[in-house]
Amino acid sequence: MTSYLLRRTAFLLVSLLLAMVVLFFLLRVLPGDPANALLSASATPEQIKAAQEQVGSNLPLPEQFANWFGSLLTLNLGQSFISSLPVGPEIASRLAVTLPLTLLSFVLALVLALPIGFVAAWKADRWYGLVLSAFSQLGIAVPVFWVGILLVDAFAVDLRWFPSGGFPRDDWADPAAALQSLALPVITIAIVMSASIARYVRSATLDVIGSDYLRNARALGSGFGRAMWRHGLRNGAVPIISVLGIELATTFLGAVVVESVFTLPGLGSMLLTAIQQHDYPDIQGILFVSTLLVLIVGFLADIAQRLIDPRLRQSISGNR
Amino acid sequence: MILDIQGLRVSARDGSALVDGVSFRLDAGERLSLIGESGSGKSLTSFAITGLLPEGLRASGSVELAGVQVIGAKERTLVPLRGRTASTVFQEPLTALDPLMRLGAQVAEPLRRHLGLRGAALRDAVRAALEEVRLPDPERIARAYPHEISGGQRQRVAIAAALACRPRLLIADEPTTALDVTVQADILALLDSLVAERGMALLFVSHDLAVVSKLTERAIVLRAGRVVEENTIERILTAPADPYTAELVRSARELDAALEVP
Amino acid sequence: MSAVVEQAAQTAPDPRDRARRRARRSVTLGVGLTLVGLVVLVAAVSFVWLPHSPSDTSGGRLQGPSGAHWLGTDVFGRDLTTKLMIGARIALAVGVGAVVIGAIIGITIGMLAAFASRWLDDTISAVLDIIIAFPVLLLAMLIVAAQGASLGTAILAIGLAMSAVVARLTRVLAKRVLAQQYVTAARTSGTSWAGIVGRHVLPNIWPTLGVNLALQFGVAVLAEASLSYLGLGAPPPNASWGRLLQEAQGTVAVAPVGAIAPGVALVVLVVGVNLVADGLRDVADPTRRRSR
Repeated sequence: MTSYLLRRTAFLLVSLLLAMVVLFFLLRVLPGDPANALLSASATPEQIKAAQEQVGSNLPLPEQFANWFGSLLTLNLGQSFISSLPVGPEIASRLAVTLPLTLLSFVLALVLALPIGFVAAWKADRWYGLVLSAFSQLGIAVPVFWVGILLVDAFAVDLRWFPSGGFPRDDWADPAAALQSLALPVITIAIVMSASIARYVRSATLDVIGSDYLRNARALGSGFGRAMWRHGLRNGAVPIISVLGIELATTFLGAVVVESVFTLPGLGSMLLTAIQQHDYPDIQGILFVSTLLVLIVGFLADIAQRLIDPRLRQSISGNR
Repeated sequence: MILDIQGLRVSARDGSALVDGVSFRLDAGERLSLIGESGSGKSLTSFAITGLLPEGLRASGSVELAGVQVIGAKERTLVPLRGRTASTVFQEPLTALDPLMRLGAQVAEPLRRHLGLRGAALRDAVRAALEEVRLPDPERIARAYPHEISGGQRQRVAIAAALACRPRLLIADEPTTALDVTVQADILALLDSLVAERGMALLFVSHDLAVVSKLTERAIVLRAGRVVEENTIERILTAPADPYTAELVRSARELDAALEVP
Repeated sequence: MSAVVEQAAQTAPDPRDRARRRARRSVTLGVGLTLVGLVVLVAAVSFVWLPHSPSDTSGGRLQGPSGAHWLGTDVFGRDLTTKLMIGARIALAVGVGAVVIGAIIGITIGMLAAFASRWLDDTISAVLDIIIAFPVLLLAMLIVAAQGASLGTAILAIGLAMSAVVARLTRVLAKRVLAQQYVTAARTSGTSWAGIVGRHVLPNIWPTLGVNLALQFGVAVLAEASLSYLGLGAPPPNASWGRLLQEAQGTVAVAPVGAIAPGVALVVLVVGVNLVADGLRDVADPTRRRSR
């Protein structure tokens, strides 16, 4: 197991490096000199040259990357072109909104998806099973921001149970207020994600219910419920865990979009602004952090799968 | 009488009969084969005995297992019977065993449920069960996972789990079909001796006449869900009454004859 | 032996079972096609007739549904039904465009990877995996941000982002086919690589790939809706449903129809396409357990 962990960690780091190279060059390939962000329309050649020097865009690309990567290793993500604020701390404070939003949404989505998917499979021939399957079909077809808009109208504007947007200025100093601001966004994302995850839960449950090992366990005297608990749970978890990594990444993306609906000061709005303003340090920093998070989640999902499924740990000496 | 089936009918959701009017009896210690091609309903008949038909299929008629009516019975009536009164060995041990659970734990399950064994007593019983199916190094096997051992060994483990609680009736649904030919004979011999030792009744389901003739003396031939012949194996082989049976015998002999060196 | 088998096959319960399944299948496919057809119809009609001119702002601001304006008007007084119908054109254009681009690029790269030497193949799939780690939307956002917001850019961006997923799937499927014995047989009997691709690989991967592309259609439409909502989509006159929702968001309390109708339209199209994909999946592989 340890050798696998080491290999997997090395793979993660290499992937991160590769991803950053790809993204860095992708951004630079975009038309327009990054230095333009610092200039007004009527800049003089000297001003242009000075800006380019400041930004470093007059250097050859590989050197630019080396510089950026070098500062990355010292955990310095550079400074925003626009605001000159350091990128790192800004991202950190934005993460304080986006991370809880993502995680809470994901947990709620799981809490909803597991029973929905399970019942949809178990009672596939009853009407309520079909209704739940229909819910899944609808849930994956609906734009997440639309759900947000509708919920805001219903619960914030009409019923006034929640604020229609924004986040407390002092962040989490008052947890209750912060959570209130996140409540509707979390519910919005969770509804859509639960529909997606429920499909996988349903599929896995159907596989388990129709499986030979379940029939075998019952044939030897285990009741249906007991057999599902002892055998179905673990076996069903394997295909579900393998997609949870992707689903978490999608949840993260949903958070980015939903932040617009609810004007939350999270990573999403920072990225949006940075994109519109061609603020390269910001964009790079955000992409780096998100890539890192996505890769870490994938890493954890892989480890979890190996822990559950002994077949993945098959040693060379196993005889068949 | 351990098993009494009268007019068993298994129908699909659209009403079509997959098993139609099957009747036979089995006394304690008796052996009987169900022979048929795929789609003949032989496996479904065997599943119906323990009330484990797949979703969507309905059984009607009468199936009495050790005096208990199975058709229409509630789960909680049937659960104590499974593994204890009647036990089943399935065709493909790789999928019949939980791939994520150690083999020892899987054999222990019926022992824990039916006999209430725990701790050291349970471990000993598991070991004994694995030894009875002639598995070498039972401790290693108990700790292993299904994919770590060979197909023949897996089937032995499955048999061990099925027989752990000394059932009175063993239902074997094509237990050697998925195994290598060289291993088949061993498993059949194992079944033969275990069934004889314990005086169990045996219901052996297969499509293979040669295999069936090794283990049982009486057979029922099924075709499209109906019984077409019921007789001793000897009679079936030498003087089949039904043309379908005759065809089966003829084909089996043809295959056999191909092996004869002229 | 054959007579026995024939008899057994004739009396086996399969035919009725299969027919039932076919009927069930056609419901999914039928409903899906109906929904998609509805949107196609509206888009087609929009080229020939519109209730009002899209730039006509005489309707009065934020009016509710009425005889003159079936779905009311927006904040500038433009007719919502007209905008919705135009949006149907955009949605279909995005779906078809992105899928075509994604398919062409993705299948090409995937095929190359499948046929390539080990080293090249490994590199390609590593890069693909990394790109796929980023949701389609994020990549599309970057591309659109660089090029400026327009319909063409959005379609291109989504198509490019999608091509990575298509490429990976193509590669996996193609490799599976290439590993089959009938391919080796074809090679030894002298069929060229092009022949292999045309006669064995493509026909075999097409069903699964086709279903996946159908699903990507829905993904593309939703991605464009998100892009538009975030302000990175095509501006009017190519306003998509996502854009309509963004415009209606501020006034949802006063004129709810504006915030509901475009969303419903999106759901209808995407559900329809998904059902078509599910239906095709059942048709392509009838031995699969119905997963509805």
